[in-house]
Amino acid sequence: MTAPAIELKGISKAFGPVQANKDISIRVMSGTIHGIIGENGAGKSTLMSILYGFYKADAGEIFISGNKTEIPDSQAAIAAGIGMVFQHFKLVENFTVLENIILGAEDGGLLKPSLSKARKTLLDLEKEYDLKVNPDAVIEEIGVGMQQRVEILKALYRQANILILDEPTGVLTPAEADQLFRILGRLKEEGKTIILITHKLREIMDITDTVSVMRRGEMTATVKTAETSPEELAELMVGRKVLLRVDKKPATPGDVVLDVQNLKVVDEQGVERVKGINLQVRAGEIVGIAGVAGNGQSELLEVLGGYADATGTVTLNGTPIDLTGKHSDGRSRRDRGIAHVPEDRQREGLIMDFAAWENTAFGYHRDEAYTSGLLSNNAAIKADTAEKMERFDVRPPHPHLAAKNFSGGNQQKIVLAREIERNPDLLLIGQPTRGVDIGAIEFIHQQIVALRDQGKAILLVSVELEEILGLADRVAVMFDGQIMGERQTDATDEKELGLLMAGITDTDKPHDFAEIEANLAHAHGDASKGA
Amino acid sequence: MDVMPKWAEVILVPLISLILAAILSALVILAIGEDPVAAVNLMVTGALGSSYGWGYTLYYATNFMFTGLAVSVAFHAGLFNIGGEGQAMLGGLGVALVLLFIPWPHWTVALLAAALGAAVFGALWAAIPAYLQAKRGSHIVITTIMFNFIAAAVLNYMLVNQLRPQGAMDPATARFPEAVHLPNLHEVLAPIGINFSKAAPANVSLLIAIVACVLVWLLIWRTPLGLEIRSYGKSGRAAKYAGIGAVRITMVAMLISGALAGMMAINNVMGEAERLVLNAVEGAGFIGIAVALMGRSHPFGVFLAAILFGFLYQGGAELALWTSIPRELIVVIQALVILFTGALDNMVRMPLERMFLAARTARTSKSVEPAE
Repeated sequence: MTAPAIELKGISKAFGPVQANKDISIRVMSGTIHGIIGENGAGKSTLMSILYGFYKADAGEIFISGNKTEIPDSQAAIAAGIGMVFQHFKLVENFTVLENIILGAEDGGLLKPSLSKARKTLLDLEKEYDLKVNPDAVIEEIGVGMQQRVEILKALYRQANILILDEPTGVLTPAEADQLFRILGRLKEEGKTIILITHKLREIMDITDTVSVMRRGEMTATVKTAETSPEELAELMVGRKVLLRVDKKPATPGDVVLDVQNLKVVDEQGVERVKGINLQVRAGEIVGIAGVAGNGQSELLEVLGGYADATGTVTLNGTPIDLTGKHSDGRSRRDRGIAHVPEDRQREGLIMDFAAWENTAFGYHRDEAYTSGLLSNNAAIKADTAEKMERFDVRPPHPHLAAKNFSGGNQQKIVLAREIERNPDLLLIGQPTRGVDIGAIEFIHQQIVALRDQGKAILLVSVELEEILGLADRVAVMFDGQIMGERQTDATDEKELGLLMAGITDTDKPHDFAEIEANLAHAHGDASKGA
Repeated sequence: MDVMPKWAEVILVPLISLILAAILSALVILAIGEDPVAAVNLMVTGALGSSYGWGYTLYYATNFMFTGLAVSVAFHAGLFNIGGEGQAMLGGLGVALVLLFIPWPHWTVALLAAALGAAVFGALWAAIPAYLQAKRGSHIVITTIMFNFIAAAVLNYMLVNQLRPQGAMDPATARFPEAVHLPNLHEVLAPIGINFSKAAPANVSLLIAIVACVLVWLLIWRTPLGLEIRSYGKSGRAAKYAGIGAVRITMVAMLISGALAGMMAINNVMGEAERLVLNAVEGAGFIGIAVALMGRSHPFGVFLAAILFGFLYQGGAELALWTSIPRELIVVIQALVILFTGALDNMVRMPLERMFLAARTARTSKSVEPAE
């Protein structure tokens, strides 16, 4: 039997009192796809950073193809044949594909020879692995899926035999993700070794050969993918049984609560981000907005939440709300019964330096219950916070602790508790479970469904299609600032939504990937120009 | 969990910074051939050894409390108000106009009116940069510092061309009427049997400054407006999400800040000089920045830091008077204090944090071991 492509023995790494990796040993066989799965903060990224030379392990050894290897920096990792594709791409936006590929791997002081050599190599790689890119395209004008391919090519150009991908599908549509997995499969056939870091169980089940589960810095199990199930993996990740599906009864929609007509949003650069959309949300239903990030969903939430101007008509329970001017701010929205759990909880929903109790009052701090005369009634706020923390199972339940000291899931619970307990008519909720661990996801979904069952209207924006399909009753797909179509979630699937997300409305017809890709490049281009 | 306990954050870090500044200052004094121990002795006796010394220390401290609070309030809104100097100058103008042109029956009423005049003038002077920042995005650091120069020019013009009594040679207003004379600490403390120096300039404004500290504390930590100011200072996006208007908070915070800086004039103009002179502020507006930095923008910290800087000011004057140590050295010492407490904060904080972290790790591992 040949030596494993990578073998880690007894890797430990601590940051102060936090043990990020505890005595981790793992063997990745050559020519396989090995998944590493775990919740946020389980230590996956730390482990890969040690392998790529960003951190030095406190203890432990690394063997590459059976040889003990020291990896003090990323140069050494590249020399050892390791390539890394980061979650956030490291590409120069206004360089061409070819320029990005040779960046840092130029031979000699003149660019011309490097470029023509790279062009030749690129053609070979394209043939070998079926990785099509246009070498002269400028990065900012190509889609995210294509950019990711450039990252993979960068690693291959540096003769990587081992490819590490960190949450590679986070920014992709289902079609793009499928295409990525086809590429990974091809790379595997050609003998490359692939490590896939993800928190999505479905991806692990679909393409990996073996999977390692991490929890709280430890490797809890390594199993053959064929011999496990998503339920088992989830349990290994969290340490207890979790319900992966959202448990809900069919919706019984009532009157229209939110009615959006011909809504248009123009951003500060003058780019039209929302191009006249119509949307209704009824009492007692959850409407999901699906779409690739940057296609106008955030702007929709910002307008409804009261911090972006817009034109068009929006009525709440039959009465119009102001879209510009003095009465279009967040406070006016709250007064009208709109609660908002924003997409970016760390920069909008919470003030990280403030104590939990201050964050609980945030936005509602002028409420009668929270004030006495000119002063804030801090005692009342703290008592209320303690109650909310208990009801929403926030851990640790300390109102005095600053928001930044809570985990992502508990931070989200603080925001949710604040907004849901207001008993709003309409709840806007963006990325409810981004950066939230599986255990907390279950709880958060239950709370949202419970609010729906009380007859409230809920507008959900999420880039996780799985979440929308599980949680929403109806889904509208946004693409390029427009709504491409609406579906009942129990009468559609990821494939159909994926086509809509790529701007293709006749979903019955068969479509080839090139068409999807061309459409997406257009949308991504628009998005990056606006940003 | 925060890395350090709160007491270490609030007391230990500034204290160690201060000690480092003192050590370095001692070395500088040594380097120019003077005895640092004697110098410290002289400073302490000169500033704190007599009620006369205390009278000056507290007089300066009163100025610094107002300007320190002014900078703190703006800091909480994420605004760096460097214009305390100019706002205090204009405050002086407000005091002078109120006291010269309206006959006041008693100093108490006059004090209230003068404080209001000072606050309004200071606030208005801060309002223009605030408006430019809020509406036009002109950076407040630049505009407030430019407004210091404009304030100096305005004051010059007013004193030389408008308010100077006929025939007087120096650019100053006439003396304020006797009726508006503020009781100094001697007069305040005599009824309760404390014999405080008659000659020292500390006066009832000190009490107003202390009241101001308490009110600012209430404002920042006990009112919804305070929460809004702090939210806006921490995260503009979060404030927007919560419906807290950027324009409103910028204006309100700067108006309060300017009013506090302006109110300094009841101490130096009304209480001490009893007329408006050209260089009435004497850099107190800038010292306020150091006071706010050192006091961590907390009113109680500002109170303590203001007294410390009052001590440095008065002690420095004594040094210059009795030794060949030049007055400039005091500026050096003050600069070192500012450098260590403000700019080099992390230099002290990081090793301390590491120490506390190590201590906690040792504690937790000890408590875990027997259980295993």
